[in-house]
Amino acid sequence: MSTLKPKHQRLVLVLIALAALIGAVLLAAWSLRTQADYFYLPDELVANPPPPGQAVRLGGMVERGSVETMADGVTISFVVTDQAAARVPVRYSGILPDLFVEGSGVVAEGSVAADGTFIASNLLAKHDENYVPREMQDMHKAMDSTGPEATTIGME
Amino acid sequence: MHGFANPRRFLSLASWLTPALLVSGLVLTAGALAWGLLAVPPDRLMGETVRILFIHVPSAWLGMGGWTAIAVSSIAFLVWKHPLAATAARAAAVPGMAFTAICLLTGSIWGRPAWGTWWVWDGRLTSMLVLLFLYAGYVALAQAVERDGGSPRIPAIFGLVGAVNIPIINRSVVWWNSLHQPPSITIGKSAIDPEFLIPLLVAVLGFSLLFGGVVLARMRALIAEMQHEARLRRKAWEAIDA
Repeated sequence: MSTLKPKHQRLVLVLIALAALIGAVLLAAWSLRTQADYFYLPDELVANPPPPGQAVRLGGMVERGSVETMADGVTISFVVTDQAAARVPVRYSGILPDLFVEGSGVVAEGSVAADGTFIASNLLAKHDENYVPREMQDMHKAMDSTGPEATTIGME
Repeated sequence: MHGFANPRRFLSLASWLTPALLVSGLVLTAGALAWGLLAVPPDRLMGETVRILFIHVPSAWLGMGGWTAIAVSSIAFLVWKHPLAATAARAAAVPGMAFTAICLLTGSIWGRPAWGTWWVWDGRLTSMLVLLFLYAGYVALAQAVERDGGSPRIPAIFGLVGAVNIPIINRSVVWWNSLHQPPSITIGKSAIDPEFLIPLLVAVLGFSLLFGGVVLARMRALIAEMQHEARLRRKAWEAIDA
């Protein structure tokens, strides 16, 4: 076996250590795959419904035209959907975040009722990656129509 | 590159590069922030709060860039044993930590109006908080080695191991569902309108120059401290001999 200069020995050691570190990260990330998700997507919630009453988070797009205000004036219902076209009806009473709009992202905290409706106790608005000035909004209709739905969230 | 590992040559370079970086960084940062805070139009959804972007994003990049600098310098120190590389790693730690803290603070302030919450434990926010704690650990470790004596390889190894968090922060919004948005700027593509993007890039450049200037200034201070201590030690030996 040929002998390396000490400098090269250290270089090889550091490279081996780096490779081991990267391997460790990839293994950890792989085992964390879905464990580290912040919320369930609608199709995950439909495919594996959690037991009624268990606290979960649901994230997706607020379906266009689905937001309705109930007779009491503070309860709203809407549908959360995703690219897999799964739909989960959501009911929520309380103050809406400013960025809660149809066709935009939302994360609902709450639980699933016996009839399959998601009862939210808290709503968080999810901003997507697009930044567009207000006065140019109309010029970006093309962008808007493929819009947030096409560009969003955790579905790669 | 090895030429600049010579402390004397480094000091003569740093003596004019430090003020040049600090002044140009300050000018660009002040200009970009004035542009971002006063001239940029409100965002379609977020309105005026979009202006936090111009502090939040450059801070995030430098928080991660600072640890990348620590990791690269640590490798250079472990392999080639240049003392200047260890000094560079130490000098990058506190500014990197400061930018990470600014990123977390501005993000929290932004999260309240944009998301409806100050904080959530999603992948991006949690991994960035871990970075802040790593910085705190690195600074404490480097100080302890300096004060109590110990191999300077200890903080270098810590800097190398802590670097695993950087790709995790970067990929966290792609690997896992998160409340934080996915990346707006990917290779060759931007989802940010030029009206926001150009002042943002100027801010990133200005913050980076400022960061470089602060790191060089800290390196000069650390070298001056070491030279001062070496001189005191020499004097003490001379006093004993005499």
